[in-house]
Amino acid sequence: MRERPQKPKELSPQERIKSFDEVILGYIEEQVLAEAKRCLRCKNPACIAGCPVGIDIKKFILQIVDKDYGGAYFTIRQKNDFASICGRVCPAEYQCRKTCVLTKKGSPFCSEESINIHFLERFVGDYGMQKALEAPIERDEKLAKFKVAVVGSGPAGLCCAGELARRGVKVVVFEALHKPGGVLRYGIPPFRLPRNILDYEIDYLKKLGVELIPNVIIGRTKTLDELFKEGFSAVFLGLGAGTPGFLGIKGENLCNVYSANEFLTRVNLMSAFKFPESHTPINIGRQIIVIGGGNTAMDAARAALRLQKMNGITPDTSVFYRRTEVEMPARRLEIEHAKEEGIIFRFLVQPEEFIGNDAGFVQKLACLQCQLGEPDESGRRRPIAIKGSDFEANCDLAVIAIGLKANEVLTKATAELKTDKYGDLVVDPETMETSIKGVYAGGDIVGGEGTVIEAMGMAKKASEAIIKYLETK
Amino acid sequence: MKILNKQVLTDTGGMKITRLDVLAPDIAAKASPGQFVALMGSEEGERVPLTIVDKDEAKGAITLIFQEAGFTTRLLGRLNAGDSLYALVGPLGHPTEIKNYGKIILIGGGVGIAEILPVARAFKKAGNRIATIIGARNKDFLILEDELKEASDEFCVTTDDGSYGRKGFTTEVLAELLKNTKYDLVYAVGPIPMMKRAAKVSAELGVRSIVSLNALMVDATGMCGCCRVHVAGQTRFSCIDGPEFDGSDVDWEELEKRNRVYEDKEKHICKLYDSMQ
Repeated sequence: MRERPQKPKELSPQERIKSFDEVILGYIEEQVLAEAKRCLRCKNPACIAGCPVGIDIKKFILQIVDKDYGGAYFTIRQKNDFASICGRVCPAEYQCRKTCVLTKKGSPFCSEESINIHFLERFVGDYGMQKALEAPIERDEKLAKFKVAVVGSGPAGLCCAGELARRGVKVVVFEALHKPGGVLRYGIPPFRLPRNILDYEIDYLKKLGVELIPNVIIGRTKTLDELFKEGFSAVFLGLGAGTPGFLGIKGENLCNVYSANEFLTRVNLMSAFKFPESHTPINIGRQIIVIGGGNTAMDAARAALRLQKMNGITPDTSVFYRRTEVEMPARRLEIEHAKEEGIIFRFLVQPEEFIGNDAGFVQKLACLQCQLGEPDESGRRRPIAIKGSDFEANCDLAVIAIGLKANEVLTKATAELKTDKYGDLVVDPETMETSIKGVYAGGDIVGGEGTVIEAMGMAKKASEAIIKYLETK
Repeated sequence: MKILNKQVLTDTGGMKITRLDVLAPDIAAKASPGQFVALMGSEEGERVPLTIVDKDEAKGAITLIFQEAGFTTRLLGRLNAGDSLYALVGPLGHPTEIKNYGKIILIGGGVGIAEILPVARAFKKAGNRIATIIGARNKDFLILEDELKEASDEFCVTTDDGSYGRKGFTTEVLAELLKNTKYDLVYAVGPIPMMKRAAKVSAELGVRSIVSLNALMVDATGMCGCCRVHVAGQTRFSCIDGPEFDGSDVDWEELEKRNRVYEDKEKHICKLYDSMQ
């Protein structure tokens, strides 16, 4: 009989919802060893193929078994500079854990028995952080004369900056907001990714010589042309999917109807949960409805419920999703956490209209019940509204978390940048080069919304192409 | 982001209107009339948008003018020359389309007077004939009278109480001008009721109006949608689609309501602030 998977210690649901403190406390050494020992040491490890940046998972797990945590850290670091971040936010159940041999074939996400690779990665990342381990730098003196500009300091930008800096390239990262991190800062709440972890990983880049400049919008403050004129030899665009999508239904502009981006930006970036010590306000409803089924919906709902609890309001936050739990794109772990914390799920509902009061505040959400039809282009079964199934739900605050579109500030200001019908950048899939020579891109601005690690995978590929490009110059 | 110069333009009953010249060479080099910046006074502060009223490229400075109307603007008013803003980004929004339209009426109400100044100057330079109407609650709230007079061919001041200039509203003068002479464009910035009225009067007399919206914003770069408002039946973001729109297309009622969404929070934080003074 195989050993059961190790569960990391977590804050109890009652404790968690009183603050924005981190929920998962991670493995202790004993657990990390027990979990690592469960690995079957496959001759052809399928887990590695499931990792968008190709971390040698088998190798680092075996190093853990040997208690060589430092070695494990450097193994991860060879492919990924952000082990502590990815160990927390990677949707491992759809990636390495899904391809783990212990996952049952044909499962839409990993089986419980699969190795908890992400928790192992997190332990190793945090170990490296605590011991202040520094991966060796392979500076190439030939590259030291080049300057590369990275636009956007989200997962793609940070990853690309790290990869280039380690090879000796001088990197300057431009960020539009006042703090670096992109979606890691404004989107992902501290209870999933504590700010000291994010800050540490970003500071590590500074140690590599990366310069971070906030408050600059490329396309507004400076143009791409000007960057080249200033002496940058190449540019990487990690612009993200910055514009919130809306439902396009009546009443959507009523007060207290938020996009998830606005709601989470107020909470995460602007610390509105500390109002009035932080000056950015946020409203807190008594009956909150979050619309959507992805990670952003889970983050918004869990943040909203915490705000209720912290402000003496009886928690009442629901997630409305038009398909069922199986089709939800959110991480299974986050769905579990949301349920434990008291989030109510209503599946197979389609919002029809927000209804407001005279002051213009939302009061109700009118919906239709759905049933699942044939699979659509995403491969998931399409929700079909049932005629006459109308119902109204009380709702004095709503958050729309149905996805994001490309932010077109830079692309509209740069005619030569080729975009597709979604406004995303068109790139050469081999090199990630855009329609402008020397300008590369990766992350959500290429191919739409993906995960943190997918963005990093693209950024890595781009960084390799940038190095090759610089070597020809 | 250093404040080079501070000038209190008016100070009446605690309602100050203040001018800050801020060091921001990159923004000064790029800023055009009609554009704005987003700024934070301190790390725990709100991000707020302010129109770029003027710029001095040689000094690398931009000019911002604001009324101490709420909590954040009151804190900004406490900053002095030599202090630095915590964050400043721009220029944001589409610039005003400057060309020779012919005859233009510009209307500025309250602190909106500051916001029409760069546009008036640019319109004038493009060869337009400019009639400017500025209005304030009373004489003490009037700003930039000389500067706007200089940029205008015709000029009129109104005050609500008649303490200076003509008693009444800017939009009353607007209606008279439009009835008597043919104008090609109306450009209005000020409180929502004023812009709404200016748009209505202009539309009734068949003249196009442009307004610059003062919606609430967070990032001000198109990321959050806080500043969204229906324009011609479509949801538009004031920050990246605006801030200027055709006045007759704006859903004014919606904008007015959305701008009041944090009214109770604002009162609360102002009260706390007052009790600490």
